[in-house]
Amino acid sequence: MLKIGVPSKGRLMEKTFDWFGARGLAMVKTGNEREYSGRIDGIEGVELVMLSAGEIPRELTAGRIHLGVTGSDLVRDKLAGWQARVTDWQALGFGHADLVIAVPQAWVDVDTLDDLDAAASAFRAQHGFRLRIATKYHRLVREFLTANGVADYALVDSQGATEGTVKNLTAEAIADITSSGETLHANHLKILSDGLIHQSQATLFLARKADWSPKKAATLQSVAEKLGLPVPRL
Amino acid sequence: MTLSASNKASIRAVAEALYGQLLAAGAVAVETEILQPAGTLLDLYGEDIRARAYVTADPGLGEMMLRPDFTVPVVEAHMRDGAEPARYAYMGEVFRRQEDPDARAREYLQVGFEVFDRAAPEADAEVFALFSSLLAPLNLRPATGDIGILMAAVRGLSTPGRRKAALLRHIWRPKRFRALLDRFAGRAVPSPARAALLDRLKSDAPGALIAAAGPLVGLRSAEDIAERAAALLEDAATPPIAATEAALLYDLLTLQAPSLAALAHLRGIAPMLPAITPAIDAFAARLDALKARGIDVESLPFEASHGRTTLEYYDGFVFTLAAADPDLPAVASGGRYDALTAHLGQSGSIPAVGGIIRPELVARLRGEI
Repeated sequence: MLKIGVPSKGRLMEKTFDWFGARGLAMVKTGNEREYSGRIDGIEGVELVMLSAGEIPRELTAGRIHLGVTGSDLVRDKLAGWQARVTDWQALGFGHADLVIAVPQAWVDVDTLDDLDAAASAFRAQHGFRLRIATKYHRLVREFLTANGVADYALVDSQGATEGTVKNLTAEAIADITSSGETLHANHLKILSDGLIHQSQATLFLARKADWSPKKAATLQSVAEKLGLPVPRL
Repeated sequence: MTLSASNKASIRAVAEALYGQLLAAGAVAVETEILQPAGTLLDLYGEDIRARAYVTADPGLGEMMLRPDFTVPVVEAHMRDGAEPARYAYMGEVFRRQEDPDARAREYLQVGFEVFDRAAPEADAEVFALFSSLLAPLNLRPATGDIGILMAAVRGLSTPGRRKAALLRHIWRPKRFRALLDRFAGRAVPSPARAALLDRLKSDAPGALIAAAGPLVGLRSAEDIAERAAALLEDAATPPIAATEAALLYDLLTLQAPSLAALAHLRGIAPMLPAITPAIDAFAARLDALKARGIDVESLPFEASHGRTTLEYYDGFVFTLAAADPDLPAVASGGRYDALTAHLGQSGSIPAVGGIIRPELVARLRGEI
């Protein structure tokens, strides 16, 4: 069976079901309401696997699923050298969110990464430790800051409620996903004008190292036809 | 790539032979732990080191790193209980975290040599000449540089200390350095937000702007913000770095010539930037010392910016010896790191220079693996 991993709950799941459904591949949950199982109608040889969106990158890279729907931010952050492991077959046009760097609104002297770097240098001299940036996107944030020559910061891990870390004094700035900016604003934070790290959206990925036997390649071909997409190179 | 057992043995044999030659040259054998406390390395290199080293945790000691290089622990050991002058040799694995799944060198042997000696140009020449002679049969391409000249040029600019400190802080990050220099030299216009802020600061106190911007959250205080606002105002009122000085610095960043020609070029610009004269004298003394050790300084390549993108502790002479294949990392590399000894030495410091050789590359170039 060709396995396709999709988010197991929430808006991301619903939108994924809608997207495939509109193209003649109906995804339905089976069993009781809370059970994570489902099936896909309208095509033979394809199995639906319900997973946490955060685990889909790992399952793709291990080749335990052939296709997977998850945020492009998660793939880029969790998979080192992601292009060698997965192919981004199609952006799905939903689940839009920006990974941004945000600082307190009251930092009137900080608008750019250049300002952040200068503020970090002064902060370290003044407070004796590096300016802390709370995030769960360690790789993406570090690569972005390194590429932009920002120094004297430290990343601190925050798996949720990241916008609150500044008020709680566990970080001085944050790097997190935002769609409307409302949560940032409510927590008295503003986005740096050049602080956009990645524009994420739900994306259909293909696992390059999965078992692509001729039979599975043929199934992929029919999936591609249904979806109206060119067949990706394996 | 996994090396077969016999390849590993060949590499180890190469390493041991090189190590023996360093000991024969008068070095004292030194060993360090593989597990290093992460704090020292994080303090030195910042968050970037996490991308390059393996971090692990000890239940009692906290975050630890698998030794990414020997220099830091060797310097620590020397500053703690070494006598001077001192020459040390070491041999062992270093571990480098790789983001690229196909990268080769996650763990590899290094053979190294570190010299703690106050006769700096002489010690630079000693390390370079020793490595050159050990590796002579491989016909490697030498490259040299001197970050000290660049630092001296920055320190000699006729501009406030704050600007010099900002440039020196980013001397190892060429892109950010260039952006700062462009701004201080008046070649880049300030962002619209910066211009607007400066405008508002003319009529309002920073405190009023902060209060108007929103509730202040976090540890960075109103004083911190006001202090930087004052610094921005001061900088805006400071004239740009003089065009002639800026031109000299841009010229220096791109200087690339055989050593003697580079020296003549530097002597030529020194009258316009007299502060670099001591650094040029040190360069000249090093070339004399290299020549006395049989190095052809007429042709030895020199690049003022060489070594600016490596781990940030070299602050003087830097060198690499590389194979013709540009895809291979340098077979040997090293340099001077005086400031590191001051940083790690609590109160003391001592001029230090050293370098490493990668035995695997030596074995490969010899066709032994």
